[in-house]
Amino acid sequence: MTDDLLTQLTQAVLVGDYEAAAKLTQDALAAGIEPLTVIDRGLVPGMDRAGEKFSTGEYFLPNLLIAARAMQESMDILEPELLSRDEQMTNAGTVVIGTVHGDIHEIGKSLVGTMFTANGFKVHDLGVDVPVEIFVDRVRDTNADILGLSALLTTTMVVQREVIEALSVAGLRESVKVLVGGAPVSAAWAQEIGADGYAADAVAAVHLAQRVLGQTPDSA
Amino acid sequence: MRPQFKILSDDLVQTILEEAHALLLDPGVRVHNQDALELLAQGGAQVDFDSQIAAIPEKMVQTALDTAPSDFDLYDFDGRPAVHYGGDAVHFDPGSAAINLLDHETQTQRAPLTQDFVRFVQLVEVLPQLDAQSTALICADVPEEIGDLYRLYLALNFIRKPIVTGAFRKDTWWTMRELLVARVGGEKELAQKPVAVFDVCPSPPLLWSDLTCQNLIDCARANIPAELVSMPLAGATAPVTLAGAVVQHAAECMSGVVICQLANPGAPIVWGGSPAVFDMRSGTTPMGAVGTWMIDCAYSQVGKSLSLPTHAYLGMTDSKIVDAQAGMEAAGGTILAALAGINMVSGAGMMDFESCQSFEKLVLDAEIIGMAKRLLAGIEAREETLALSVMRELGHRADYLTHPQTLRWFKEEFYIPSQIVDRGSLDAWERSGKRSAAQRAAARVEQLLKDYKPLALTDEMRAELRQITAKAAQSFGMTELPALDIFGE
Repeated sequence: MTDDLLTQLTQAVLVGDYEAAAKLTQDALAAGIEPLTVIDRGLVPGMDRAGEKFSTGEYFLPNLLIAARAMQESMDILEPELLSRDEQMTNAGTVVIGTVHGDIHEIGKSLVGTMFTANGFKVHDLGVDVPVEIFVDRVRDTNADILGLSALLTTTMVVQREVIEALSVAGLRESVKVLVGGAPVSAAWAQEIGADGYAADAVAAVHLAQRVLGQTPDSA
Repeated sequence: MRPQFKILSDDLVQTILEEAHALLLDPGVRVHNQDALELLAQGGAQVDFDSQIAAIPEKMVQTALDTAPSDFDLYDFDGRPAVHYGGDAVHFDPGSAAINLLDHETQTQRAPLTQDFVRFVQLVEVLPQLDAQSTALICADVPEEIGDLYRLYLALNFIRKPIVTGAFRKDTWWTMRELLVARVGGEKELAQKPVAVFDVCPSPPLLWSDLTCQNLIDCARANIPAELVSMPLAGATAPVTLAGAVVQHAAECMSGVVICQLANPGAPIVWGGSPAVFDMRSGTTPMGAVGTWMIDCAYSQVGKSLSLPTHAYLGMTDSKIVDAQAGMEAAGGTILAALAGINMVSGAGMMDFESCQSFEKLVLDAEIIGMAKRLLAGIEAREETLALSVMRELGHRADYLTHPQTLRWFKEEFYIPSQIVDRGSLDAWERSGKRSAAQRAAARVEQLLKDYKPLALTDEMRAELRQITAKAAQSFGMTELPALDIFGE
């Protein structure tokens, strides 16, 4: 029974059937399966297999992102249960992410956020056109391990530098790794403004984060 | 008969318009600009000033379409009409605002500098296939804040062709206008004979940012043509279906036409865009995808059904070097754009998702544009008989090469490319160094640049343009502008 439900949940995540994922999660809890078991043996294998399929080219972004959505719908049900048991799922790290002030490009940043979530990070997505001081406040409040700054315009990439400077002024620069991305951004730019790294896409961003946090990155 | 390409049935155009009208009411358009929200409210839209959302009734769109001109001309800097926006006229300009330049020597992308952009506009000036200039490169040797106006300043020292441009900020638009006014000799002159068109870009889905909305209003009030560049990204920021993306484009552009005409009824406005299908593997915005071309052709057909001038970003490649992919993608988009009768086709030279310009690709694209223009001219009956007369005269002899009719017509009947296109023998190709098209293009770039003739601008004019630009640069911490080599010394 337990194995059957969890196998179905894995399958629901893999194919991105988020309605089934939510229902199976409730069924699993009703059947007395522990939330951490649901995550470890139901959700994570589904997400891992989706990631593998993406790496081999069988899956495309919509497949991957809808799988992440199914996992998230399930997590929304599991999180209150974990809290009530005073348990926590393994957190790969806390990520604050947003598009800098003056820039309203959303899609790339959201993609990166989703990939972090799917890889076990706790993500705080601040949205677009985020003022410098909001980044600083949220890094402090969440005790973030990673700050992701997106900029898609040559006129707004300079704001990435402003955020890094503001973190220094606030005495937070040493406690958080700053990763930058966006079309006009490069590794050279990241170095110039004193960021901890640059990633060209969402998958690379997760690997970069794992590397700068000293975790073993996925073989993918 | 001129060859034509229509991708939508009349019924589908109607449905697209109906759904676009419905979208303008629910969920409405987000307008992050107070001026525009007030104009919309006065014009009859239902405006929620807290959420900054305007619901625009169909009647307002109709009123705006009634006053928006169906055509207008852009003039060259000698005061002659050079580009006709309207009907099925087709013109080409380079893709604009590249943040990188493909360096032919090293085959790597690098940040463009002042002298790169000067050479670029000189090259566009001498390429007969290109009808207009664009502010194609963003120079990295000036502060980012003046990146927009600095390009225009440089161009104005070297160009005769009209120019497609755009502002990156609200305040720099005014400096750019000041530069144009100085160059043509007055505000009235600029309004009567426009030499520049400004791109204004709504953000998908259904958002006018403060900056771009203000640029649109300022253009309208100054009677400077604005080009709506709506960019639905099918499958990411817009519906995945191509028809759905065209609906979103139509709704965004309709709202732009309304704002423009409320600010100044009769101001010139262009139905344009830069849509793309989202790449479902890399998460990129391929400009060379067939789906992207199809959305472009479809929305331009919708714009024509509303009797508006049209524009599209087409003829670009996503390749990183000038290779087979670059040629394949540029050719497909360019030919389709011509057949679709798009008034201004921006894209020549552009690669890597609208981020990198290449001199070599520009001269290759000029040949594709030459072919496209020849295609548009179609097949005509040149003489009283098509073949009868000359074939009876020659009988069964194959002596057409020496016949006067051949000499009379061959240059009009055929498009004759530059030697960038290799049509020689294998032996000749081997003897001339076994060069690729990109290598031949690089040689042609150097050759063409020698043909550029400097403008006869007065020292006072050049000094005024420089002073306007220097003042803007100073406000962003640059005390001295990079040196400008006017006469190629």
